[in-house]
Amino acid sequence: MTTAAPKIRFRDPQVEMAHGAGGKASRRLIDGLFAPILFGSAPAPLGDAAHININGTCVAMTTDSFVVRPLRFPGGSIGELAVNGTVNDLAVSGARAQALVVSYVLEAGLPTEILEAEVRSMAAAAATAGVVIAGGDTKVVEHGKADQMYITTSGIGRLIPGLSISPAAVRRGDKILLSGPIGDHGITILLARGELDLEADLRSDTRSVLPLVEALADAVGAGVHWMRDPTRGGVATSLNELAHDCGLGIMLSEDRIPIRDEVRGACELLGLDPLHIANEGQFLAVVAAEQAEAALDALRETPGGEEAALIGEVGEQPAGAVLVTTLYGGSRIVDMLVGDPLPRIC
Amino acid sequence: MRFVDEFREPELITRTADEIRRLADPMRHYRFMEVCGGHTHSIYRFGLKDLLPSNIELVHGPGCPVCVLPMGRIDDGLSIAEQPNVMFTAFGDMMRVPGTHGSPLEYKARGMDVRIIYSPSDALKLARNNPEKHVMFFAIGFETTAPSTALTLMRARAEGVRNFSVFCNHVTIIPAIRAILDSPDMRIDAFIGPGHVSTVIGCRPYAWIASHEDKPIVIAGFEPLDILQSIVMLLRQLNANERRVENQYKRAVPWEGNRAALKAMAEVFELRPYFEWRGLGFISQSALRIRESYGEWDTERRFSVPGVRVTDPKAAQCGEVLKGVLKPAQCKLFGKECTPEHPVGALMVSSEGSCAAYYNYEHRKTAALTSVFPLPASLGA
Repeated sequence: MTTAAPKIRFRDPQVEMAHGAGGKASRRLIDGLFAPILFGSAPAPLGDAAHININGTCVAMTTDSFVVRPLRFPGGSIGELAVNGTVNDLAVSGARAQALVVSYVLEAGLPTEILEAEVRSMAAAAATAGVVIAGGDTKVVEHGKADQMYITTSGIGRLIPGLSISPAAVRRGDKILLSGPIGDHGITILLARGELDLEADLRSDTRSVLPLVEALADAVGAGVHWMRDPTRGGVATSLNELAHDCGLGIMLSEDRIPIRDEVRGACELLGLDPLHIANEGQFLAVVAAEQAEAALDALRETPGGEEAALIGEVGEQPAGAVLVTTLYGGSRIVDMLVGDPLPRIC
Repeated sequence: MRFVDEFREPELITRTADEIRRLADPMRHYRFMEVCGGHTHSIYRFGLKDLLPSNIELVHGPGCPVCVLPMGRIDDGLSIAEQPNVMFTAFGDMMRVPGTHGSPLEYKARGMDVRIIYSPSDALKLARNNPEKHVMFFAIGFETTAPSTALTLMRARAEGVRNFSVFCNHVTIIPAIRAILDSPDMRIDAFIGPGHVSTVIGCRPYAWIASHEDKPIVIAGFEPLDILQSIVMLLRQLNANERRVENQYKRAVPWEGNRAALKAMAEVFELRPYFEWRGLGFISQSALRIRESYGEWDTERRFSVPGVRVTDPKAAQCGEVLKGVLKPAQCKLFGKECTPEHPVGALMVSSEGSCAAYYNYEHRKTAALTSVFPLPASLGA
């Protein structure tokens, strides 16, 4: 018996920025090129971390690269993102980060002062998140071949008991919770570049969401069916992926989605949808309807979760898509991010 | 948020929608054209069609600058940008518009210097900061954006910035409306008039639509309440058998327009004898070019422009959709070969294009899903 060669469906002639934006193009690249070659077949729904069974012990493992420009911005920096991003990917896959390893790609000519500041940021973020940085690697490329520095972190985590996260666990009637206001990170980075004559008192939301995830797990345990940190591509992209993976419809109430006025204002001016803007310290959780209130209370009682909200629910329709309804009864489909309005935000 | 939330107030919106239902004659079918792509976008984004009775049909008009630009002009602009030491600058919505050999973003991925800007003055700033480069601004838009291009050119001349030029694709709205009305397959009862354009040109230039074409027109703002209120005003006119130009968007549109902006435009631009519009063909005196006195900053005078003409793919029905003859989903390519990710026609690119708006916000509400990740047929499984 011969195994059929994996079918490569990715036909784009070259890599574009959009392939790294976390939206539709990224998904096509993964489903059409990486998965068939690396996994040999269409993958199971892609989570934020892989769960690997080693001699009967299940661990979660993930990796993430950071190429944000500028390196520092109000509320954070590339070093903090690199730690929190991986801790959060593990957290929303239902795992507590135990150890990280880090790889630096540095551009020759990078001032030591900048490097040291980022290494210190990483140490501080790791201490706050309660994770050990256990090892690393450094490469240097010629001046002009990279933009100051890129950081990759890989993490391993222990599964949080009682949690079982999967799109397959999502049921009609489940409620959708959001840990806090959206869009702060993406808009902060956009403004920090100084290319727009716009100013706003905004900070990136980068942080570890592990305390909030643990509070949720303590409160409702297996009542949590699915989680995701809506980074690149924003809430809209994460929920579209869920809708696609579980085959159900997601209905959001626009007025319940927490968004700061500064973010709304910038989005109005720039023609962006806040639902497509990246976050670095928020997560979405789908929770069984009867436990939604307890889950929301648990989030709101945890420091940093005060602005958590119930933003919608899962239904049969529109199958595989996300529908946003307004207070006055209008509705619209919200698709995944297409293209790349804000490149290199994390 | 001030000046926004007031116009999205649920109770007022519900009340206005009730008023529309009360005013609309159930025995009659109404076709209202919203001229401006910004309105099309708002209508879908806020789900306003859900609030209207089924006998009020909104027809999407030609007021989307990216959508009416023929592919040849994009090829022309990109061919200049391919020359050494040229930086190509344009608004974000130009970036994914396909030319024959790719969109500006694809050129950028291949190494060309392509920058997104938010104002023409940013392009001039890039020219000042990059004296070794020639910075070309690919200017598009109706009278809404033309004044800022004009002011930027005036500043470039005043400051003597020589490494800057504008590839001018500015068009004017009135000839486009006239072309729509002259089209034999077009039946429109009334117009929701363009808001942003009118902040510059005012309300007078629309008078002929009421007096000679016998159609009401209401200049409207872009928030849900603005659009619904303008529909109320149109229905009241029709019910009273009146034909007038009315201004719903008084908070932004002065009746006489913006004299300073018009003066700047007159200083820098003159009418082209004719210009090609995608879907509408050649329309006389419908576009602006840069006057000879600003010739040094005119890309078309400084570089040799090939003057490419490209016919749209035969199967694409952009023209019919642009004129409102077909609904986006009635085009053979809609959602199949032509998606926001792989647009065949420009209507699928700009967020103001009716196909993109319909695709993004509407079509899956009603149509059965073929796939959540529609792939062009050429990539089909």
